[in-house]
Amino acid sequence: MAVRRRSILPGFGLTMGYTMVYLSALVIIPLAALFWKSAMLPWPRVESLLHDPELMGTLKLTFGLSLLAAVLNACFGFVTAWTLVRYRFPGSRLVDGIIDLPFALPTAVSGITLATLYSENGWLGGPWHGFARTVNPAWHAAAAAVNGVLSAVHVSQALAWAGLPDGIASDLPEQIAYTRLGMLIAFIFIGVPFVVRTLQPALEDLDREVEEAAASLGASRRQTFVRIIFPALLPALLTGFSLAFARAVGEYGSVIFISSNIPGKTEITAHMIMKKLEADNYPAATFLGVVMLLASFMMLGAINGLQWWASRRGRGAA
Amino acid sequence: MSALKRPSGAFRVVMIGATLGFVALFLIVPLIAIFFEALRKGLAAYGAALGNHDSLHAVMMTLLLAACAVALNTVFGVAAAWAIAKFDFRGKTLLTTAIDLPFAVSPVVAGLCLVLLFGRQGLLGPWLEAHGVRIIFALPAMVLATAFVTFPFVARELIPLMQEQGSQEEQAALSLGASTWQMFWRVTLPNIKWALLYGVILCNARAMGEFGALSVVTQPMQGKTNTLPLEIEYLYNSYGGLGMEWAFALSTLLAMLGLVTLAARGLLEWKMARALGAGAREGE
Amino acid sequence: MLKNTILTLFLVAGAAFSLVSCGSGGGKSVTLYNVSYDPTRELYADINPAFAAAYKARTGVEVTIQQSHGGSGKQSRQILEGANADVATLALAADIDALAQAKLLPADWQKRLPDDSAPYTSTIVFLVRGGNPKGIHDWPDLIKPGVSVIAADPKASGGARWTYLAAWGAVLKAHHGDEGAARAFVTALYQHVPILDSGARGSTVTFAQRDQGDVLLSWENEAYLALKEFGADKFEIVAPPVSILAEPPVAVVDANAEHDGVKALAEEYLRFLYTPEAQEIIARNHYRPRDPAVAKAHEKDFAKVEMFTVDDVFGGWTKAQATHFADGGVFDQIYKKR
Repeated sequence: MAVRRRSILPGFGLTMGYTMVYLSALVIIPLAALFWKSAMLPWPRVESLLHDPELMGTLKLTFGLSLLAAVLNACFGFVTAWTLVRYRFPGSRLVDGIIDLPFALPTAVSGITLATLYSENGWLGGPWHGFARTVNPAWHAAAAAVNGVLSAVHVSQALAWAGLPDGIASDLPEQIAYTRLGMLIAFIFIGVPFVVRTLQPALEDLDREVEEAAASLGASRRQTFVRIIFPALLPALLTGFSLAFARAVGEYGSVIFISSNIPGKTEITAHMIMKKLEADNYPAATFLGVVMLLASFMMLGAINGLQWWASRRGRGAA
Repeated sequence: MSALKRPSGAFRVVMIGATLGFVALFLIVPLIAIFFEALRKGLAAYGAALGNHDSLHAVMMTLLLAACAVALNTVFGVAAAWAIAKFDFRGKTLLTTAIDLPFAVSPVVAGLCLVLLFGRQGLLGPWLEAHGVRIIFALPAMVLATAFVTFPFVARELIPLMQEQGSQEEQAALSLGASTWQMFWRVTLPNIKWALLYGVILCNARAMGEFGALSVVTQPMQGKTNTLPLEIEYLYNSYGGLGMEWAFALSTLLAMLGLVTLAARGLLEWKMARALGAGAREGE
Repeated sequence: MLKNTILTLFLVAGAAFSLVSCGSGGGKSVTLYNVSYDPTRELYADINPAFAAAYKARTGVEVTIQQSHGGSGKQSRQILEGANADVATLALAADIDALAQAKLLPADWQKRLPDDSAPYTSTIVFLVRGGNPKGIHDWPDLIKPGVSVIAADPKASGGARWTYLAAWGAVLKAHHGDEGAARAFVTALYQHVPILDSGARGSTVTFAQRDQGDVLLSWENEAYLALKEFGADKFEIVAPPVSILAEPPVAVVDANAEHDGVKALAEEYLRFLYTPEAQEIIARNHYRPRDPAVAKAHEKDFAKVEMFTVDDVFGGWTKAQATHFADGGVFDQIYKKR
């Protein structure tokens, strides 16, 4: 591997050798074991796994819900990052510091805390319960109307992928914990820092003079935002979005406590891998594992691409 | 700031309000809830929850695994950063990406990989069994799992910094007659100390909180193998008056670790920015 | 100074390592690993000190019994993977049969101890909310509209497999052996389950502590424990007229016990479970004792239930496991239809 060693510094052989050995032993070989094991699965077995509604259901649910959470995180994260960069208000430093809490809090702790908070007698689940019961009659009518429109415009496939095969629920769930709504909240919780932290530097780099110029040339605030601000932030926003999505897909600890783990309804893939292993069903666990791993690789590639795009755009502007 | 003042105050108020609402609902309330649930039965119960043998043992296990993972990944991080930042070779980008891989892998999948490699039906399983070596459901797998999920932390802090610093200082030290070790301890290490500490702190926090990968490869035993997160799950699923409170009592330890980590990180970022500023001034 | 800090870090790591790994060393003491299923946490917490005291009085040796609890299937697999286990005290025979298949213990393990190696039995009962607001008395009541049932996942939990078979067998008996009726009932039953926990303990917590569902399908011992922990006014135990005789078996895992040099101790530990002293502890923990005298003394503590065995109705665990719980088996078929 060593070509063009210009440096006169010592230790290349030692450090490089150690790096390769340790990287292989700890990361490459275990990951290769998963690929090897999945390649060893006989094809008919793979085919039956591909048609197993339980496995497909959990994959759809995991990816769909993670996607929805990432979209919501992109919105919340945008507002939060904008506020933190552009406005000073009492406590803004504290808010900025606390954004990273989901990174710093172990997943098991987040998991039991969210499950307790959003259970029917929890601080947040309790008030929601009352709210949902009051609102539900009106919601019922509204949902029927919306679903009528949705079925008329043929977007059922997209809805099914988002975990909403029957369109918008005709009733608000009266409960958050143990439903998909609770899982969505857990996914949002763990994704918060990603969007905010990738957007903040991009927002700070934004050239205010361009904005002011646009404004002085008579552009409305909406025009300035759509034509100038948003395009400049897009790479960072997409990067944050992808990071939040990738994290949610692989998440285990923060979501299993708030989920009711019903196969096909609320069971995430990581939980099913665990269950299949416990039931001694290695082929199914391996299959799910390799799908997750391939998805991780693709997302890693996408994120690297986005970061490259963002950095190029940054340089182009400077 | 002139462009900001022009937009109506209402917009600003809405944005700040939305942010505060979001942060309060999603971050502050859960944080408070941990401590509230832990102290629900009073300080004495809280003390009992933390002071018993099983809890203390879980703390020990957590410290042990974190120490192993931090030690392993620190040595690796320094070595990898040295090779990558100070030398040119083909495949450098690929190597840097490979180092980041564990962040992209779900912890449960990481655990699964270890089972498929070292488990009974794994690739090395028959050989290990024949030689009486146990990895899965024993300490080695717990160390490996923890080291896997915390793998990139130190390296990824050091690589960009050392790349930026270049190697003039080290070359100067060598040309002045310093030995390799002298150069490393006197020049390289002082230059990277804050970033190194930063990486170690993050690595440590993640290691102490690891749950998913450990759940796959750990035989659950109170007072023996359970780390804090595993013990928290165990208590949460055991009932009676105290299971929940005890689970939250242990959670406060990890929550405080998280808060200390955040604070230390903020402090280090400030220090690093200052060090960088000083370096830039010296360079002028 | 920096150098010292780093060296200290490594020293601390090393010290912690040796402390944890050698924590049990020294003195005249042995450790016995008992790998068990979820609801026996409290039972063995009582049994183990009693055994340790008896053993110390006889031999002078201090014995520490290290418990591991989890779903029965999961525990069985962990033993297969090589986890520490000198004795296995699991929820059902199939999970120990799996160990026998891997030659960890002989195939005729169940004949080595009395009563098919099951020193205690239990059954599946209903735990309902105080006052029984939904009027649950028998199996068919569970699938009445608006009844929400909490149960564990038969794929993961031993207790849940007993539950499933109890429902199947009870309805089969009521319909004079009509398999179609049993299948229809069980299909409907699992449509009334909104939360499928992976273990018996998890579903009890879901029902009792998190207030989910109207009725919990539970081990009898687990239901009594919930009454004790949460107050008898909050819940009621409803014993169905017909249920299953659940026989959780115990066995020495020969290969591991020999390796650890504790085989004699392990055997003595399991034989201890059949002594009147242990049987009394068993009865007090709401497991049904085997000892006739102890059973007689505690007769009023257990509801009268007509009980059938797995062998009677399903032709043994091996067959029941293959038909109902294997991948693509009956449970998978009916559960997909939801």
